[in-house]
Amino acid sequence: MSNEVLSISDVKVGQELPARTIHISRADLVQYTGASLDRNRIHWDEHFARSVGLPDVIAHGMFTMGSAINVVSDWVGDAGRVVEYSTRFTKPVVVPYETGADVEVTAVVKAVDVQTGRATVELTAMCGTDKVLGRALAVVILG
Amino acid sequence: MAVNASFTGRTYPAIAPYAVGREKIREFAEAVGATDVVHTDQAQARARGYRDVIAPPTFAVLIAQQCDQQLIVDPEAGIDFSRVVHAEQRFVHHRPITAGDEIVGVLTVDSVREVGGHAMVTTSSQLSTTEGEPVCTATSTLVIRGGE
Repeated sequence: MSNEVLSISDVKVGQELPARTIHISRADLVQYTGASLDRNRIHWDEHFARSVGLPDVIAHGMFTMGSAINVVSDWVGDAGRVVEYSTRFTKPVVVPYETGADVEVTAVVKAVDVQTGRATVELTAMCGTDKVLGRALAVVILG
Repeated sequence: MAVNASFTGRTYPAIAPYAVGREKIREFAEAVGATDVVHTDQAQARARGYRDVIAPPTFAVLIAQQCDQQLIVDPEAGIDFSRVVHAEQRFVHHRPITAGDEIVGVLTVDSVREVGGHAMVTTSSQLSTTEGEPVCTATSTLVIRGGE
C-alpha cells in the first residue's frame, strides 16, 4: 500500500526536489475563488483592486500556498503524508490580465529524522525577483 | 489600536459541523492544481489505507476561515475587514481530512499585538470530527492595517 511513497532511505539533507513553475491566470483565480469561498474582490476585480491601492488583481495567498505544496506532495508520493505546512505571505503575486504571472517553486530538504520517519522541506516561491512565500516549511512522513 | 486587545485568550463556540464532500475535495484539488489521485479516486485512496478520498493539505482553510469569521464580524473586536491582510498560515494535520467527515472548529484568539501602527491578530482553529477526533490545528495571523 505504501510502495509508491518515498522511502526515508532515499532522502538526504540538502536534496533538491524537482522544481516547478506555476502559471497563474485570472481564470485560475476565479476558479480558486469559487472553490475556496474566499470571494474578496481584490482577487478578481481589477477596478476594485486599484481602488484600494493595489497595482492590479493579486492572487490569494492561500492559492499560492496551496499550489506550491504540490511540489512536495508529488515528490513524497501521497498528499496525505504532508502533516505540517506553514508560511508567511511576504509579497503579493500581481496577476495582470494580459500575461498572468509565473511563480517559480523550488524546495530543499532541511532535516531528516529517522526516529519519527519525518523530513522537513523548505519551499521557496519567487515571482520575478519577489519572494512571495517566506519561511515556508512542510513536514512529511516518509515510507 | 484597530483591534480590541482584551480579546487575547477569547474562545468562540464551535461552528456548525462542516460536511466534507467528495466533490468539494475534487473541486478544491483542481483549483490548486493538485493532481494526486488520492483526492479524486476512492479505490486508490482506499488502497493507500484511507477510508475515502482525502483533501489537499490546505483544504482546512475552508473550515478555519469560517472560524475566523466569528472574530472578524464580532462588533466588539472592532476589526475593519477592508483593512485585513493575511500574513501567516500554518496547518498541523493530525490525520488527513477525509470525505464523509463532519468537522467542527473552535476558534481561540491567541494574541493581539501592535506592530508599527498595525494590529496583528493570531488565531488558532482546532478542527475535530463531531465524534471528538482531532483532525487539524490551523493557525493564522492577520494584519489589520492602521489608518493613514
